Amino acid sequence: MIQAFAFYLFAAIVIASGVMTIGARNPVHSVLWLILAFFNAAGLFLILGAEFIAMLLVIVYVGAVAVLFLFVVMMLDIDFAELRSGIARYWPFASILALILLAEIVFAVMAWNAGTVVAAKASPAAQGVPNIELLGRALYGRYLYIFEAAGLVLLVAMIGAIVLTHRRRSDLRPQNVSHQVRRRPEDAVVNMNPGVGQGVEL
Amino acid sequence: MIGLGHYLAVGAILFVLGVFGIFINRKNVIVILMAIELILLSVNINLVAFSAFLGDMVGQVFAMFVLTVAAGEAAIGLAILVIYFRGRGTIAVDDINQMKG
Repeated sequence: MIQAFAFYLFAAIVIASGVMTIGARNPVHSVLWLILAFFNAAGLFLILGAEFIAMLLVIVYVGAVAVLFLFVVMMLDIDFAELRSGIARYWPFASILALILLAEIVFAVMAWNAGTVVAAKASPAAQGVPNIELLGRALYGRYLYIFEAAGLVLLVAMIGAIVLTHRRRSDLRPQNVSHQVRRRPEDAVVNMNPGVGQGVEL
Repeated sequence: MIGLGHYLAVGAILFVLGVFGIFINRKNVIVILMAIELILLSVNINLVAFSAFLGDMVGQVFAMFVLTVAAGEAAIGLAILVIYFRGRGTIAVDDINQMKG
């Protein structure tokens, strides 16, 4: 009973905040609605017994991705009213497309209900073992290489984001470390013994 | 009682909302990126629901990988957005044809 109530509460808030995310006038509000959607999706995952994914959703999405969105939205000086001018033109086509997609998904679920595919379980969830332990066994056992590949994906994304946004400014004269390290004493220091009354030519 | 179908319905509605959001906000690339996040969230809901109801952990493992890809995609997408804004002074993306692709 309490589970059904929690499900309907979380599901309703997820869907409502999804609607507000794509419909809000101000993108800052969109990001805040997106954060609410992520929190409630984490609640749905908790009901399903996937505690680790739920916590990951809160940490990764709310803590990193949504804050990144918020930074970008607030840092760029954008005329949002101008960007919304196309909505009146786009929404009939968009709703037709969305309805077709929804119908397709409903048909797909009905077809899936008609004949169930029973496959052998790749990593069955044992009873009485915590969710995080099961997930850890799967991740560090059978899926270790894919896990490493996920780390590689994050590394590439990080380097890519840095390379893309890094700006080389011509009006600054920063320290050139390799030039400094390469410099030898014989390039910089000259020993002179000038005679009396003679200058030193550099 | 809450069954698998309820979760699949939530996932389907969120997915359709994401696609709808992409189409009605064709100019505003920030909202497009957020709509893509919604789509990936709906995929995650489906994966975790199947994982829980079939008693198989693979769904949750794959939900984690989807999460990874979503984080990378948001970082790269926002980086491209920032350099696009730096160059053009706007983020209206409905008429990008600089590359004549």
